[in-house]
Amino acid sequence: MSIDWAHFTPFSALAGGALIGLAAALLILGLGRVMGAAGIVGGALEIHDADAPWRWSLIAGLLFSALVARLLWGAAQPVFATHWPALVASGLLVGFGARLGSGCTSGHGVCGLARLSPRSFAATGIFMATAFATVFVARHLVG
Amino acid sequence: MKRNSLALAVGLIFGLGLCLSGMYEPTKVIGFLDLAGNWDPSLALVMGGAIVVALPAFRFARRRAAAWAGGAIELPTARAIDAPLVVGAGVFGIGWGLGGVCPAPGVVDLGFFSPDAAIFVVSMAAGMLAYRAAAGRRLPGLGLVAQDA
Repeated sequence: MSIDWAHFTPFSALAGGALIGLAAALLILGLGRVMGAAGIVGGALEIHDADAPWRWSLIAGLLFSALVARLLWGAAQPVFATHWPALVASGLLVGFGARLGSGCTSGHGVCGLARLSPRSFAATGIFMATAFATVFVARHLVG
Repeated sequence: MKRNSLALAVGLIFGLGLCLSGMYEPTKVIGFLDLAGNWDPSLALVMGGAIVVALPAFRFARRRAAAWAGGAIELPTARAIDAPLVVGAGVFGIGWGLGGVCPAPGVVDLGFFSPDAAIFVVSMAAGMLAYRAAAGRRLPGLGLVAQDA
């Protein structure tokens, strides 16, 4: 392993992370809900659920943030590393896995760890491990 | 209405955090996940920064009876590290490694009108609906199962 100093952005990473933490704090104290993106998107698909309206509002905020980031500091268009068949597989696995495992990077990796939840420590360790392994296979064995 | 405007603000702040930290960029996420390559540790600092801010809020939330906008504060109660958690997290990680995208950045990237993000988000929604179909029943109460998040 070698550190990629050219792409390592410690200050914007910490500042952006703090914003994500602030959003999670506002949601738990303001609405009484945990900020897990998979639960929010998955729950929003349950359109008759009483929690669906605020979930769709939060999704609208996420969509709108792209425009705001572009206007504020000219955030660049995201570049995807994957061709579409792998992207379809990726989406299916992310959606299915996050619902089966009760959470994703924000739900377990941020909110769960901040709650000091043993379930979330386990989940985060596992999804990090399988993600590291997948990238290793895709980049260094197959790719 | 108050709930919806608060949730809109939460989504906006969350999304700006993902944009500022670069985590909306699949290539930057892959840069973190590629331990054997040229490693970009940024994602670890994003998680660390978020946890440092969120941790006191969750502690405080535990002692409060109600949320500002009314209603109960719902903190997850599940304790067991069971098979669905382990298998689900494992499957999620494989998908995350394949694309470098997880649910929130996928939605933010859709806000950039990225066609690739549209492919990802539609597939992700299909995966979620497939889980719901596989679970076989509409589970009672709010949401699907006792989700941690």
